[in-house]
Amino acid sequence: MFRAFVAMFNRDILLAYRHRSELINPLLFFVIIISLFPLALGPESRVLSTIASGVVWVAALLAALLSLDAVFRSDFADGALEQIVLSPQPLTMLVFAKVLAHWCVTGVPLILMSPLLASMLHIKDAALGTLMLTLLLGTPVLSLVGSVGVALTVGLRRGGMLLSILVLPLYIPVLIFAAGAVNDAAAGLAVTAQLTFLGSMLMLAITLTPLAIAAALRVSLN
Amino acid sequence: MYTWIHKFGSPKHFYRIAGKVIPWTAAITVILFLYGLYGALITSPPDYQQGESARIMYIHVPAAWMSMFVYMILAVAGAIGLIWRIKIADVMAQASAPLGASFTVLALATGSLWGKPMWGTWWAWDARLTSELILLFLYLGYMGLTTAIEDKRTAARAGAILALVGVVNIPIIHYSVDWWNTLHQGATVTKFDKPSIHIDMLIPLLVMAVAFKLYYFTVVLVRARADVLFNERRSAWARDIVAKVKL
Repeated sequence: MFRAFVAMFNRDILLAYRHRSELINPLLFFVIIISLFPLALGPESRVLSTIASGVVWVAALLAALLSLDAVFRSDFADGALEQIVLSPQPLTMLVFAKVLAHWCVTGVPLILMSPLLASMLHIKDAALGTLMLTLLLGTPVLSLVGSVGVALTVGLRRGGMLLSILVLPLYIPVLIFAAGAVNDAAAGLAVTAQLTFLGSMLMLAITLTPLAIAAALRVSLN
Repeated sequence: MYTWIHKFGSPKHFYRIAGKVIPWTAAITVILFLYGLYGALITSPPDYQQGESARIMYIHVPAAWMSMFVYMILAVAGAIGLIWRIKIADVMAQASAPLGASFTVLALATGSLWGKPMWGTWWAWDARLTSELILLFLYLGYMGLTTAIEDKRTAARAGAILALVGVVNIPIIHYSVDWWNTLHQGATVTKFDKPSIHIDMLIPLLVMAVAFKLYYFTVVLVRARADVLFNERRSAWARDIVAKVKL
């Protein structure tokens, strides 16, 4: 079972590596969205630093959502997904491996990129570490919860818009706690409570969402 | 017990029994609405602080209760449909969703009408308002998903999974929104406090709540009956019924 998990993970990482150019797109999207805000709101650093945490998080949310569409799409198109569902290995493990691989190639670069963008928005230095920590805890939740929506809409032709309607309301708790933590850190307050909440949400997502993703894939494929 | 469930759960019997139940629930709904509205608009005293505008509570509060109750129905019916493959549960869930969404819209609209004279604004990012708005989004997402999938069975099962994911999320969303609100704006907006509500106000409110619930049951049965007839249009009993209808 564990070997199947590793094999699936390696396969998806390799596939992502072979399509390197596609990996850049969510990242570029993230950067462009963030750079739109100073253009819309004016370059005043005081304004930007108050909204920085929210802007970075909303942009991360949207980038995660857009990139997620690809997590099952190509496997669905070439029939590999049906083989995965039919395989004797537990589907929950296999989809978890797929989502994890997807997060490694889209979520991690986003986290690494975020300090640069946050400092372009004049975020307070004290909040920078917290921002990265919240992204580290929060983006896997986004990937896992979003994958449920992707699994439900993968068979539909125009799933993209629907996906955002299904998934974005479910992202709200992550957004609230993560952006709240960064704001508090910027104000010099303790953020352990929010980080603990994010951590427990991550644990909950890891334990429950693979079941929902597997069930949703079975529904979509029959 | 199980044979009873299977009997009632079969579309044919559901159609017949629901047809008999609907006139009764509809009649009781009308009576309760008349009694409740009479109590709400005429006999109950105006609120000592809010005056006459507090009377919107008799619509607003039951609608808000129903909006949450119907989502629970959606999830429970979805789970029943997923686990035991009872067709009626799927039909009930899909028939409930638009009703739940309308209750949510009603709660939001009446709340905003009440908020203008009381808070001085149509909308505030108060925790309860925000939760209700998110609930509306969840309903719309459910409806969007089930209408986008053509096959009815698949649509019902996909919707059931979404409703269950939503139900796990609702408490998390609710408490995080609560927490977010208290964190940010504290007590700038005082919520509708009702310390020991007066009995003359409580009775119409409860009557209205029951009336709303029965209204929901009546309408959901009517909708479910129509859906059942459509889904079973190829079976003999449904053809018989349709053949008897004179246009």
